[in-house]
Amino acid sequence: MRRAMSWICLLAVVLASAAGCLDELRFYLRSDPKTFNPALVDDDAAETIRYLTGGVLLRLNRQTQQVEPELATAWKVSKDGRTISFQLRKGVRFSDGTPFGAQDVKFTMDALMDPALHSPTGDALRTGAGKVTAVVQGVDRISLTFPAPVAGLERLFDQVAIVSASSAKKEMAVLGPFYVTDYKPGAYVALRRNPNYWKHDEAGHSLPYLDAVKLEIQGNRDIEMLKFSRSEIHLINGMDADYYDRLSRSAPGKVRDAGPSLDSEQMWFNQVATAPIAPYKLDWFRSRNFRRAVSAAINRDDLCKVVYGGHAIPARGPVSPANKYWFNTQLPQARYDPANAMQLLREDGFRLAGGKLLDRSGHLVEFSLVTNAGNRMRERTATMIQADLRSIGITVNIVTLDFPSLIQRISESFNYEAAMLGLTNVELDPNGQMNVWLSSSDEHQWNPRQKTPATAWEAELDRLMRAQASAIEATARKRDFDRVQAIVAEEAPFIYLVNKNTLVGVSPLLEGVVPVSTRPQTYWNIERIRFAAERASNGK
Amino acid sequence: MRTARTIGLMLASLIALASFGGSLLQRFDYSRQDREQVSAGPSQEHWLGTDALGRDRLARLLHGTRVSLTLAPAAAGIALLLAFLAGATPGFVGGASERVAKIAIDLMLSVPWLFLLLMVRAMLPLNTSPAASAAITFLMLGLLGWGMPARILMARAQRLRRSEFVVLARASGVSRWRLLCIHVMPNLRPVLLAQFWIAVPVFILAEANLSLLGLGVAEPLPSLGSLLQELETVLSFRGDACSFAALLVMMLMVGSLQIAFMKHEVS
Repeated sequence: MRRAMSWICLLAVVLASAAGCLDELRFYLRSDPKTFNPALVDDDAAETIRYLTGGVLLRLNRQTQQVEPELATAWKVSKDGRTISFQLRKGVRFSDGTPFGAQDVKFTMDALMDPALHSPTGDALRTGAGKVTAVVQGVDRISLTFPAPVAGLERLFDQVAIVSASSAKKEMAVLGPFYVTDYKPGAYVALRRNPNYWKHDEAGHSLPYLDAVKLEIQGNRDIEMLKFSRSEIHLINGMDADYYDRLSRSAPGKVRDAGPSLDSEQMWFNQVATAPIAPYKLDWFRSRNFRRAVSAAINRDDLCKVVYGGHAIPARGPVSPANKYWFNTQLPQARYDPANAMQLLREDGFRLAGGKLLDRSGHLVEFSLVTNAGNRMRERTATMIQADLRSIGITVNIVTLDFPSLIQRISESFNYEAAMLGLTNVELDPNGQMNVWLSSSDEHQWNPRQKTPATAWEAELDRLMRAQASAIEATARKRDFDRVQAIVAEEAPFIYLVNKNTLVGVSPLLEGVVPVSTRPQTYWNIERIRFAAERASNGK
Repeated sequence: MRTARTIGLMLASLIALASFGGSLLQRFDYSRQDREQVSAGPSQEHWLGTDALGRDRLARLLHGTRVSLTLAPAAAGIALLLAFLAGATPGFVGGASERVAKIAIDLMLSVPWLFLLLMVRAMLPLNTSPAASAAITFLMLGLLGWGMPARILMARAQRLRRSEFVVLARASGVSRWRLLCIHVMPNLRPVLLAQFWIAVPVFILAEANLSLLGLGVAEPLPSLGSLLQELETVLSFRGDACSFAALLVMMLMVGSLQIAFMKHEVS
């Protein structure tokens, strides 16, 4: 009996040490993935799984922001922008050993475009009425024809993970660097290295370098920080400036500032004609001079310095400079200029009396600024704006609301005066912002769901956005979208405040991590991330 | 015991005097942002340093203590008045009123008050000044916080109703009103006072929690609750002793008041 127990203990020790030898990368997901089906991905956690496990025909290089070949070795878009032909990589197999070919691409596209599936990825490809036709032209050639031209078509394939047409494992058979081995709801998702992954490094070694990835599910940022500082997890994909500063003091080698992100913080005034606000206030909010005066009275440099500890840049418009191609470099810097603000206000009949600003009818200029409760950075930003606007006689009442109440007010009842929120940009392409700029859209926050554009400049925005979406030539699209940015800067329907920097945590144990501003910031090159040789020689 | 009470009373008076007097001084502007000295340590200019927006921490502490010292006891007073009416009075009277009151108290305790507060705040006009928002917050706390003290007061009143001296007084023909005023009220006072001093810090902390949900005192007006938010998470405070000043003041204030009024409770 004792001998048997000794053998069991020995076996346990051997197994434990074998498990310890695995190069396992660990980081946190903020919530459980809602799906493992790549066609149905609609949340951050599921997107992470799709990125780590899914094989795509073309991949957007997050560093260069250029499209690169993956499972397709070559591609060609037709002149009319409706057809894309792919030459597929040969000899590739799914994680379960099933061979990859043109039939799998057709199967994936048919599934994505099936209206009954309601695939968010498929919706992005659905540009017009009619079907997407996939024509298999051999084992390794396929062409896809869309009912209408699709601008920036090849970029959309970055999110189309190919699913096997013949595997019994269905979407769990993958072509990406890892495959899912275990999922415990509320606890973790375990991924293991795909033995059939097709990529090799320059020296001919199979990629990925890591053996496994463990995605633990944890929504609490404090716990994430503590675990990271104890090296129990290896990556943090985005953190607040407060946390960054604290970690940079205690462990300077563990945090990195990857420069401006694609995200922006902005405020806007309610311009909805039917909103339950005083008509004279609606007049202020519809005045370009009023909006521009408020914008000029906000000290963005101080916001960057005080609220973000220097880890942000003053925003110039709807596109961050991190978006290398689409950012309009001709946009003027938003300067802090209270004198100019007062001049603009005077042009509209506003006047100062006893340090308070009055409009031409003698109404005290006072408005409420709503934002979401619990976001320290946003609350501090609002308090600084309150102080800045006080200097030109405007009284701002800050109201922090729980998120559902806030969304209900800004999207349904329109019972608010000014709001401040952030915009998370995932896509580089301007088509990702169609829902913001079209006057008929729900997300046209200052005045959504317009039957016809309320102003001439909104009509022009509609025209330009539609023109760029149907143009095939990138230069024509760029010209149109530059004009959109210029109009937005002139009219200030959104008062852009800052572009936050991408602040990440990277364990010094890791090699090959190159943080970038686009998502996923730290593990976009997951195949080439590995543990440092020092750790490996120490028995990990 | 007397010495302890004197010290308690002096300390409480000192805090009240400092907060009410200091907050009136021009030097202590709680909203001025010194953006060149953000999160700074103690200095000649800022004795307790500055917060994350460069505001003088001492000025905010003085004003915040004044706001909380004024409004939290007021809210506790409202809650206890309601608790007395809904708990002690029916508990003493008995009968149908007692049964109805019990149901009302149980209902009040079972209401998810946080959601109720969220709902009430969502219905309030957005353009309220910070001072009005502070008053509304504490008023709501007072109006919704009477359930637990009412249950305790009811139990005490029931016990008094069945006590020998009350039975004797009633048998002697003492009117119910006179019984309540002369015999019951003095006996309820220790419980009332205890509940009052329990309610004050509870309301201050409740206001801090509400601030996280957007229901607290609006910026830039400080309160002890909003100042305690600096200690919100393990990682959010910078670890300097001054960030604990609000907590220290609250503990000293509540502790000294408890000691100062101990005599009444034991009598």
